[in-house]
Amino acid sequence: MAKGSVQIVVERCKACGFCVEFCPTKALALSSAFNAKGYHPPYLIQPEKCSGCDLCGMYCPDFAIFGYKQGAAAKAAAAGAKPAEAPAADGKEEATDAR
Amino acid sequence: MSAINVFNPVEPFLRTDRMPHIWCPGCGIGTSVNCFSRALIDSKVDLKNVSIVSGIGCTGRVAGYMKQDSFHTTHGRAIPFATGLKLANPKLNVVVYSGDGDLFAIGGNHLIHAARRNVDLKVICINNLIYAMTGGQTAPTTPNSVVTSTNPYGTYDPSFNLPYLVEAAGAVYVARWTTFHVRQLARSMQEIFSKKGFCFIEVLSPCPTLYQRRNKMGDGLDTMVYYKEFSKIKNGAPTSELGLGKAGEIIVGKFVDRERSDYRDLMHDKMVESLGDRYVEREACECEI
Amino acid sequence: MHADPAGVLTGSHFLDGDHACCEGALAAGARFSSGYPITPSTEVVERFAARVPTVGGTFIQMEDELAASITLQGAVWGGAKAFTVTSGPGFSLMMEHIGYAAMTETPCVFVDVQRGGPSTGLPTLPAQADMMQVKWGSHGDYEIIALCPNSPQECFDLTITAFNYSEQYRCPVFVMMDEVVGHMTEKVVIPEADQIEVTPRRYTKLAPEEFLAFEPRQDLVPDMPRIGEGYNVHVTGLTHDERGYPNMTPHMQDRLVRRLQNKILHNADKILLWEEQNLDDAEVVVVSYGITSRVAQRAIEMARDKGIKVGKFRLITAWPFPEKKIAEIAGKAKAIVVPELNLGQMVREVERAAAGKCVVRPVSHAGGSVHSPQDILKAILEVTR
Repeated sequence: MAKGSVQIVVERCKACGFCVEFCPTKALALSSAFNAKGYHPPYLIQPEKCSGCDLCGMYCPDFAIFGYKQGAAAKAAAAGAKPAEAPAADGKEEATDAR
Repeated sequence: MSAINVFNPVEPFLRTDRMPHIWCPGCGIGTSVNCFSRALIDSKVDLKNVSIVSGIGCTGRVAGYMKQDSFHTTHGRAIPFATGLKLANPKLNVVVYSGDGDLFAIGGNHLIHAARRNVDLKVICINNLIYAMTGGQTAPTTPNSVVTSTNPYGTYDPSFNLPYLVEAAGAVYVARWTTFHVRQLARSMQEIFSKKGFCFIEVLSPCPTLYQRRNKMGDGLDTMVYYKEFSKIKNGAPTSELGLGKAGEIIVGKFVDRERSDYRDLMHDKMVESLGDRYVEREACECEI
Repeated sequence: MHADPAGVLTGSHFLDGDHACCEGALAAGARFSSGYPITPSTEVVERFAARVPTVGGTFIQMEDELAASITLQGAVWGGAKAFTVTSGPGFSLMMEHIGYAAMTETPCVFVDVQRGGPSTGLPTLPAQADMMQVKWGSHGDYEIIALCPNSPQECFDLTITAFNYSEQYRCPVFVMMDEVVGHMTEKVVIPEADQIEVTPRRYTKLAPEEFLAFEPRQDLVPDMPRIGEGYNVHVTGLTHDERGYPNMTPHMQDRLVRRLQNKILHNADKILLWEEQNLDDAEVVVVSYGITSRVAQRAIEMARDKGIKVGKFRLITAWPFPEKKIAEIAGKAKAIVVPELNLGQMVREVERAAAGKCVVRPVSHAGGSVHSPQDILKAILEVTR
């Protein structure tokens, strides 16, 4: 089992590519799937290489990905941690504005 | 293995009902907010006391996305608003989070005076070298020969060296990082929470839609790679040597970390000296006792 | 709530308007001011700078009026009652932040000690030429409250009223003095603290999870949150919804901006203050405010000595404008005479409210001194011919 994994909030991703580029083990790639805005979110192309370092999470400008160590997940499950909620997409279209 | 029990440490700091945010793909502002959230966690400050004051512009929108007491004020005036907030309620940790245009053009005067006074403010300046929100106009930080919407034939205004200016004005902590330097940036942001006085961190960030695109410099990722390859960490370097060009070396690091009495201490000491027992010192200026 | 005795200089004093205004602010509970020097207002904050460290508060001289006008708003959100003072050129610089205070419903007080203008004008001489600017000076649609003292005593009393109104209606409130009222020295009686009513800040009693920062009460005014207590308030000058979040749609714009207007206009009956005399059988009514009302008083007496039935209506609240009262007067009197130290500002509101029901005769003055009673008497005689 890999040391770590990632959780991706698909609807927030804007496919900037930071996570793919700066993953130290090159475990991520942009997928061919796309979200509602047409962006290709990342996925673990080499899941066994993920160490859970969360560098992807630190780089992501859209808060769309974070990495965690599998040990931490198990500990959290044991402690009954609150599950991460699938964030509701902000349905309201903000009208365009200047400044 | 189900991932539902893991928890992104950044989520509690975001107004998740307003996600996704308006910043462009490849913009570095969100990255800086990530670093800032982690710094808030690691600094162990009481989060209730953290107030965020922003001005106008892309970076000015940070106040609206962060789940703290947050104030989206007028263009250039985040610092004086923050000064009033801090002086009236000194237990607050007041962070000014704004952009290079907002803080150094229209807000330049307020910045130098707050630094002169050494008001206890944590100023995070996201420097994307342009006025982004309004469509890519020249900023006082835009390097030479850059194409902007108000300099369509290339800039010729000399540009500010922000750490140099802020040090000269009196800041006690001056650092510059880029959005590539996520670990160092988070550490700097954490450090300033245990330092009293006017603290300033410049964060160089891509503006892929306007700055980079108009100048055929690629996208946000290309800029992050440029930061990685051309940055040199030189802690303690003289700030006079930190000028930036359109291309070439970017010097980053922590440049100033010195001690000066902050504004409240100066005021307190003078009042005690002059008034003695007649000085009525209150922790805050609140209107109800 | 009674005033905090620490800020109340009880006694009988000989003070000028500027100094009395400062004492009014302290009595009202102001413990923060951010100012910038400008003649003829500077004495207000100079006195505050000397007094407030022994009362318990802070004064900071900012680098310009742009800063002064927003620093006080930061202090307000930090929990203080705060104010600033200025005159014409500084008032012009403050306009953006007056709009910000109106939009964010920040309770605060601005004192304008009016002087000759436009531009640098007459720094040491009076005028009343900022009366339209106080209402319309910032961009967009918004309402404010403006009070006009005509004596140092009123500078004290109406500054307290201004703070009270600002807390009640969560809007910027203006004390429109002028250089003469500011620099004239008269008896000012400051009562005991328990004789002075101050309006406390209307903080919410709801917990953070239940509270919406800009949800109005019945009177159309929202309660205020305390900063630093986990409410995670968001305050923005962008058009916003009840959560305070930007919502830049025509629908939200209509809802928000009309509420900001209505919270003042629908409560006007509780806000309007005036002084009236001999209106019932008046042929001519003199409508005036500030220092001009003291000259007008003399002119009215001179006219009565000549047998003319002259009534007096003194605006104490200039904004919101008492249009119903003026309409009523216009329906009964033959003419309204409006002397002002300007080339015709509040007279336009009088004309609008009178709606042609009677003659409205301005008595303009470019500023720099006050009218002579003869100037006003002449106008009264002309309209009764």
